[in-house]
Amino acid sequence: MRSEMKRALLNPIVDDNPITLQILGVCSALAVTTSLLPSLYMCLALTTVAALANASVSAIRHYLPSSIRIIVQMTIIASLVIVVDQTLKAFAFETSRELSVFVGLIITNCIVLGRTEGFAMSNPVGLSFLDGIGNGLGYSLILIIVASARELLGAGTLMGITVLPTTADGGWYNPNGMMMLPPSAFFIIGLIIWAVRSWRVEQVEKPEFQIHEVHRTEVL
Amino acid sequence: MSSYLELFIQSVFVENLALTFFLGMCTFLAVSKRIETALGLGAAVIVVQAITVPTNNLLYRFVIKPGALSWAGLDDVDLSFLGLVAYIGVIAAMVQILEMTLDRYFPRLFNALGIFLPLITVNCAILGGTLFMAQRNYTFAESVVYGVGSGTGWALAVVALAGIREKLKYSDVPAGLQGLGIAFIIVGLMSLGFMAFSGIQL
Repeated sequence: MRSEMKRALLNPIVDDNPITLQILGVCSALAVTTSLLPSLYMCLALTTVAALANASVSAIRHYLPSSIRIIVQMTIIASLVIVVDQTLKAFAFETSRELSVFVGLIITNCIVLGRTEGFAMSNPVGLSFLDGIGNGLGYSLILIIVASARELLGAGTLMGITVLPTTADGGWYNPNGMMMLPPSAFFIIGLIIWAVRSWRVEQVEKPEFQIHEVHRTEVL
Repeated sequence: MSSYLELFIQSVFVENLALTFFLGMCTFLAVSKRIETALGLGAAVIVVQAITVPTNNLLYRFVIKPGALSWAGLDDVDLSFLGLVAYIGVIAAMVQILEMTLDRYFPRLFNALGIFLPLITVNCAILGGTLFMAQRNYTFAESVVYGVGSGTGWALAVVALAGIREKLKYSDVPAGLQGLGIAFIIVGLMSLGFMAFSGIQL
């Protein structure tokens, strides 16, 4: 039991990462990664929602007719997101303005629904809770790497503190403006996937189509 | 009239939901391996977006917006915290109704779009379109244009990506980038291309 819990918590961080392997939750995440602070709030919000949604769905899983399960899960997730959204508005108003619609979009973040549907419907409450936290952490890891890279290279700061003094302030670093624009997030995630898969070779996908290599000996 | 055209062009190209706001990425990456399936999904997104955004617009303006209930004599009621549940309920219900209508009256269309419709309830592009509509306070006519436009933009992006990925079969991709990795890089390059549209004024 102990090892099972450990697996539910730690597996999603690298081995079964929601973003780089399961293609879940890429959606609302990328737009908030231009700087580190909003990304941290986003990670916190998502991890909370994923863990609590998993636990609640798991708690009622025996009473849930399968024909209406999606709509019930959506309602549970939406209510949790509203609580998180109102909390952010009350205690971190500036950040919640910056995150704009993306907190609301946690509802349709495939990580949450994917985990409630795929894990919580068939596992006990405690394990589902840990699975939610684990997937939240896996998501946070990618988000924090992307946000740090973009803020550091794009503005020379981390959490608003100057690390690389920019030329505009009399320093030496010439900021890379593209890091502030949407495309850079795709490139960084692509590179992270490349790095993870070079390390964990078993995650590499098989090519759909193999070109037949013609050797000179065959032609002759 | 010209302002509607401008809004349409803006929602298709300049503010493309997939490539500048990263919305609907999961389906975008998962269902873009073949052009035919991408076309089917794209069409389904346009239809659902064109129905749900205006419906949610009515809901927003007459029920949810602060002070929106003044027609019922409740001037200072603010239901905006209920927005998210209401929108997602409308979207799920609309998708369900659309599915049943298509099944009953247009079985051929249902066969083509059927498998994509359930996917659409959890497509962030749909909820995102509604949330942007509420945030920008569009009128009803504007919301119709925005719904069709943003759906079209998403469909355009997914079909284009599918086209590129079909050609990609013949290229020699490094092992670690195979599949998802190279798809991210391609979407990045496409997004870079779409940035050329930013700043267009009609």
